Amino acid sequence: MKTLSQLKQLEAESIHIFRDAVSQAQNPVLLYSIGKDSSVLVRLAQKAFYPGRLPFSLLHIDSTWKFREMIAFRDRFCAEQGLDLIVHANEEGRAKGVNPFDYGSRTYTDIMKTQALLQALKLGKYDLAFGGARRDEEKSRAKERVFSFRDRHQQWDPKNQRPELWNLYNARVNPGESVRVFPLSNWTETDIWQYIRIEKIPIVPLYFAAPRPVVSRDGQWIMVDDDRMRLEPGERPQERWVRFRTLGCYPLTGAVESRATTIEEIVAETMQVRVSERSTRVIDHDGDSSMEQKKREGYF
Amino acid sequence: MNTIDTFLNEHEHKNLLRFITCGSVDDGKSTLIGRLLYDSKLIYEDQLGSLQDASAKNGTTGAGEIDYALLLDGLKAEREQGITIDVAYRYFATPQRKFIIADTPGHEQYTRNMATGASTANLAVILIDARYGVVTQTRRHAFIASLLGIRHLLVAVNKMDLNGYQEETFRQIRQDFQDFARKLDIPDIRYVPISALKGTNVVTRTPQATPWYEGPSLLEILETVDVSSDVNQRDLRLPVQVVLRPHLNFRGFAGSVVSGTVAPGDRIRVLPSNVTSTVKRVVTADGDLPEAFAPQAVTVELDDEVDISSGDMIVHENNRPQVKDRFEAVVIWMNEIPLKAGDRYLIRHAGRFVKARIDAVLYAVDVNTMEQHQAESLGLNGIGRVVVETTQPLYLDAYAANRATGSLILVDPLSNITAGAAMVTEDVFVDADTPRVVGDAAALLRDHVDRREFHWETGLVTAKDRLLRNRHVGKTVLVTGTSTQAVQRFGKELELRLFKLNLNSYYLGYASLARGLASDVRDVRSEHDAQIQRLGELARILTDAGIIFITAIPEADAFTVERLKVLNAPNELLVVSLERGARRPLPAEAALDETAETAQNVEAVLTLLADHRVIPDYCI
Repeated sequence: MKTLSQLKQLEAESIHIFRDAVSQAQNPVLLYSIGKDSSVLVRLAQKAFYPGRLPFSLLHIDSTWKFREMIAFRDRFCAEQGLDLIVHANEEGRAKGVNPFDYGSRTYTDIMKTQALLQALKLGKYDLAFGGARRDEEKSRAKERVFSFRDRHQQWDPKNQRPELWNLYNARVNPGESVRVFPLSNWTETDIWQYIRIEKIPIVPLYFAAPRPVVSRDGQWIMVDDDRMRLEPGERPQERWVRFRTLGCYPLTGAVESRATTIEEIVAETMQVRVSERSTRVIDHDGDSSMEQKKREGYF
Repeated sequence: MNTIDTFLNEHEHKNLLRFITCGSVDDGKSTLIGRLLYDSKLIYEDQLGSLQDASAKNGTTGAGEIDYALLLDGLKAEREQGITIDVAYRYFATPQRKFIIADTPGHEQYTRNMATGASTANLAVILIDARYGVVTQTRRHAFIASLLGIRHLLVAVNKMDLNGYQEETFRQIRQDFQDFARKLDIPDIRYVPISALKGTNVVTRTPQATPWYEGPSLLEILETVDVSSDVNQRDLRLPVQVVLRPHLNFRGFAGSVVSGTVAPGDRIRVLPSNVTSTVKRVVTADGDLPEAFAPQAVTVELDDEVDISSGDMIVHENNRPQVKDRFEAVVIWMNEIPLKAGDRYLIRHAGRFVKARIDAVLYAVDVNTMEQHQAESLGLNGIGRVVVETTQPLYLDAYAANRATGSLILVDPLSNITAGAAMVTEDVFVDADTPRVVGDAAALLRDHVDRREFHWETGLVTAKDRLLRNRHVGKTVLVTGTSTQAVQRFGKELELRLFKLNLNSYYLGYASLARGLASDVRDVRSEHDAQIQRLGELARILTDAGIIFITAIPEADAFTVERLKVLNAPNELLVVSLERGARRPLPAEAALDETAETAQNVEAVLTLLADHRVIPDYCI
């Protein structure tokens, strides 16, 4: 009997999802976050349409507070891979100088990420947006559909999701509504690392440990990425060997102390430490059900 | 680093088991899953941290114990209600295998969730509380699993600790389940006595607690059950998702092999065109394949320039699915608006959307007793057998033979929500000669017209185009009356008058019909009905063609007029009756005096046609 290894099955499923979504959508786009999952997402999309080019653009929501290395990687990666990249920032928010220090993580995230994303989706009139979310990332995502329906206000209603059977996905929407499609739904953290390893997929160097200037806040190491970083009285940046488990806005993304400079070393550490991935993101600690709340509001 | 290297490579090459867990709120299902995840070391420390807080707030277990169930409930509302109300997917791995659990609630109103979880599962774990044995809900879960084509069942008799691990309890429950399961189509059923809370026989065998049980632990069964033969490896079905044409020298048809295998050199056939060709290459981004099999996602290049679009299906030349626009299926209804005969939905099947109409609800099935009963509709969580009709043929296999091409979903064409799921069955009732249970003659006729209109293939010329050129619309005028001669003469005069006004008119006498179009009708008893049926169909066509079609039937009765009206739908019939004195009234728009001047009567009908906006006013 012929069987596929589990990773090849996941790959085949993701490719199927990409092709299915494109066959149903009028105007699809891929939400590109620069993180490692996004890198895997792009590789799978390329495989789905090989030897053709991607039949959609990449959309990056720039909160204006990303790590500098992320932006440099993004531009290099997209140029090398010949990808069509659209960058959108909430210009109103930028003009007002919205930042995580004065506005707090919740308001800042709403204005510079959620609102910026909603603006960009409306502007592009996209009826379908690919995202790199995985179900094993966080508790509230375990029930997320592969094709997740968003209403006219781009909001996610957990009670109003479409039943999803077999691999018969339903991307039909009325004008103004849209679907988010998550081809990586069934991938786990370990799957992602192994895929990056065997496929030699480029990822942002911040995932690997290096000496970086950091300050300690609420038990997390926050990197001083540029001179906009607001230091508390008495706080002095110190150089530490750290790496990042997830990437986001630098003032809100905690680093972990590490000497892991290869994927193997990272996985080894992950297995020993067993601190789940999103716990290094400050925004998830706003409340017990904070991620679910942000999803309802339209945050990715 | 070698160990991590080995770990990652082993992880990559594991095979995958998707299973579903079913049980009621109190069967300990969440505890079992929590333990599987916990013991396979996938529950991270910080999740355990926040768990202890939550347990203090809502926990139902004793102080100091971890409430595994709280690990799982994702959504806020559910956490407060204490029940899971949607399918949640969990992931864990052992050195042997990777697992995806579809965790579905056991509560009665959530049949749709279990069907959803079961649709992608190879195996179902059915939890039975040792204290209560096989209950209604157990039967329901097993029935749905069997309905969705699950071939492996693992019956876990839980809470054995509460019965002192009595062997007799386990044996009795196993016997009860076996008796019931004879009615189900599940070839592989295993039984294991466990205590999810204590961990008995969950991950490893626990002979201390159940020395009389010699079988494997629950996890050992999950790790070793062979599911490779569950996929149909015989019949190639490759629904084309996307046509890739990156440059002039490449034309590839991208899609997943949903069953069977495909290799270069294979003779293939494309549906619906029935064109045949030979596979040139099986292309992937990682190089060409010598052979592809389910569920591989590939791109097929053919030897010939064949016209194929997204939604077509590639099959082997001599292994065709059934190509049908009318078939039977078992439906699981998932919408609050019930499903009933005559309803229209969109069907999503094998990568395309097709318009569909429910022709009949044959019967409903009681999910608890598996008994069939007559039903007019299927409500939320209802299960039943229906006849479906589609505007274009689908390429179908029975679900029992092929899960991929035997499954479909029904989508509401207005709200776009997924309203139901269906599994194609072998036809039993669909034969057109089978007498219908319900409906009088008129209802049958309306049903016929409804289907005819549903399938009506429209050309590129619209009614409006015809109106702009002809300066009038099509209409069927039925002339009736007491005198055969008067009726015929009037019909012809009307035709002539319209023709002279430069309008397209045509007169057909009833006798011409009987000797021509309806001359094949032999049965005297149904002769008249058959003739009227043909006349009605002809009227429908000629009206659509933009012609003012005049026919004369002396002494037409109300039943005949009604039949013609129905058959002529969606167009309306104009009935003109030539009467002499007081007669039984006919549903006629114009009752004319037969003894009046013919020309005067013709003008009266022209006015009527103008009033009905069939012809312009200035014609008169």
